[in-house]
Amino acid sequence: MSSLTTTNDQASPPDLSGRNLSGRRAFADRAATVGIGLCVLVAAFPLALVVWQVIERGGSAMSLAFLTEDIPRNYRNAGPGMGPAILGTLTTTGMAALIAIPIGVLGAVYLNEYGKTSPLAKFIRTMADVMTGVPSIVMGLFIYVVWVLVVGEKNGFGGALSLACLMLPIVIRSAEEMLRLVPDELRQASAALGARKWRTTLTVVLPTASSGITSGSLLAIARAAGETAPIIVTVGLTFAANPDLFAGGNTTLAAQIYRNATQPFEASQERAWGAALALIGIVFLFTILSRVISARFAIDRR
Amino acid sequence: MTATATPPSPEDLDLGGDSRARGADRGFRGLVTFAGLTVLIVLGLILVTTTLRALPAIQEEGVVGFVTGTRWAPNDDVFGTFVMLYGTLVTSLIGMIIAVPVSIGIALFVTEVARRGARKYIVTIIDLLATVPSVVFGLVGVLVVVPAITSSYQWFADLVAPVPGLQSIFGAANTGRNYFTAGLVLAVMIIPIITSISREVFATVPETDKQAAYALGATRWEMIKGAMLPHSFGGLVGASMLGLGRAMGETIAVTLVIGGSFHISANLFAPGNTMAAAIAQQWGESSGLHTDALVGIGVILFVITVLINFLARWVVRRAEIKMKGAHS
Repeated sequence: MSSLTTTNDQASPPDLSGRNLSGRRAFADRAATVGIGLCVLVAAFPLALVVWQVIERGGSAMSLAFLTEDIPRNYRNAGPGMGPAILGTLTTTGMAALIAIPIGVLGAVYLNEYGKTSPLAKFIRTMADVMTGVPSIVMGLFIYVVWVLVVGEKNGFGGALSLACLMLPIVIRSAEEMLRLVPDELRQASAALGARKWRTTLTVVLPTASSGITSGSLLAIARAAGETAPIIVTVGLTFAANPDLFAGGNTTLAAQIYRNATQPFEASQERAWGAALALIGIVFLFTILSRVISARFAIDRR
Repeated sequence: MTATATPPSPEDLDLGGDSRARGADRGFRGLVTFAGLTVLIVLGLILVTTTLRALPAIQEEGVVGFVTGTRWAPNDDVFGTFVMLYGTLVTSLIGMIIAVPVSIGIALFVTEVARRGARKYIVTIIDLLATVPSVVFGLVGVLVVVPAITSSYQWFADLVAPVPGLQSIFGAANTGRNYFTAGLVLAVMIIPIITSISREVFATVPETDKQAAYALGATRWEMIKGAMLPHSFGGLVGASMLGLGRAMGETIAVTLVIGGSFHISANLFAPGNTMAAAIAQQWGESSGLHTDALVGIGVILFVITVLINFLARWVVRRAEIKMKGAHS
């Protein structure tokens, strides 16, 4: 404890600036800070690479004709055409949203308004978390067994069902988070006015949380729109636009990227890049929309 | 102040609602309960229907043979899935070894190093990384990374060739589509989830612990080592396991860059296959028993990932409870 006594002998206060830090400790601290900073660069690099490559290579394939015309039947043939895939992406994802969002929001209502901390609600909550980790290809196989084999053909609705399975847990968990932010005073005020619980829920709680629920759902849609594995298992194939989800094969941008990327031909790879640009455009659009909504119309957190 | 009489509970209080209104309440309750139950129903149905479908193929080999058999020859009705199980483990492990330190680093950077203004941008970068569809990572992987990286693999293999142990792990790189490239792509794809859970975990470290470490004269790194990491260890394990679950189930990106070979090789620079990739790759050309066997691979994948996720959630939750208990 000699150092303690010497500092006491000197009348000046101890130096806490860190200037007299031992060289080894100072170096370790500096090195750790640099290392931690490098981690961010390691993650930013692939994002930059992907965005740069997709914009550069996809940009040269992109045109109005690319967005609207049919897909060439031969991979070797140069030229545009991803129209059917864009239509298919929008219809299958849209149908999946129509299935998953109502069920998901009602499920969240159960968890937050009725089940709360009951064992069943806790179990459903855990299993919803677990369900977000189920690989998308397994959802595809599941729908293949219960839909494609039953109706006897691969079609767009099968893809929509498998995407809905992927969206459901995301919607439930994000909607529940939003319902939890609704102040209890609102529920009590509504109950005091004589409204029954179902009315309170439908006319007070859900509208209050609607922006948050919309934002979470858009994020789930963005996630689903980019899914490939369940689509290639359940949807089949088409080269011409097929707006009917219940009859005939369909296709999506993600499935087309996969098909075309595996071909050794320049023309098909170019179409894959173009499709990637279109897909990223759609996905980012939904993501940004979700952020804008959640930032603009958020409930005051208190 | 005690009330003269306890107020009646809402259920006893008759506010004049007729039986129809009460029925509506009950109906609504039933509806939302059913909606909540769909999660359990779907998970149950996945297990039951896919298992039933895969049964003929699994019976062909027996459960043990199906999992441990090393020969996958659909034309001869031989379905041993061990090659793919091995590939799944190897690629996920490579992905984890890269992604876990990087993700924890990013989470530390966001919570401790970055200034408030910069924080928002870094979180946005990670969020954007999470929104890029897996097939786009695969596309960039197979058309950009694979051609560019093959020579580096060979260079590295030549470099370590004199070292006895390493030469079998880092052997000849005849193609850029191999276990290691798949692991790299997986690492990028699981960084966002590990980062976001790690951030949540670090947020639970009590501010007082951190201040106490600083008061003792610790540098920032010593504070992180001494106060944050021991406190968050359980949560970080859970976060990594969630990443592992994601990596094992990732399909399309891996399918594009792994090469699709059905030989087990210790050489990380050799092509291989994973469970998910094999399903996607062979689906189009399969029929009959072959299709059933692919569904069977899906069943194994489902069971493994559900178990890992369940365990991971449990670990994270237990770590959280422990922290809250210690704190309050």
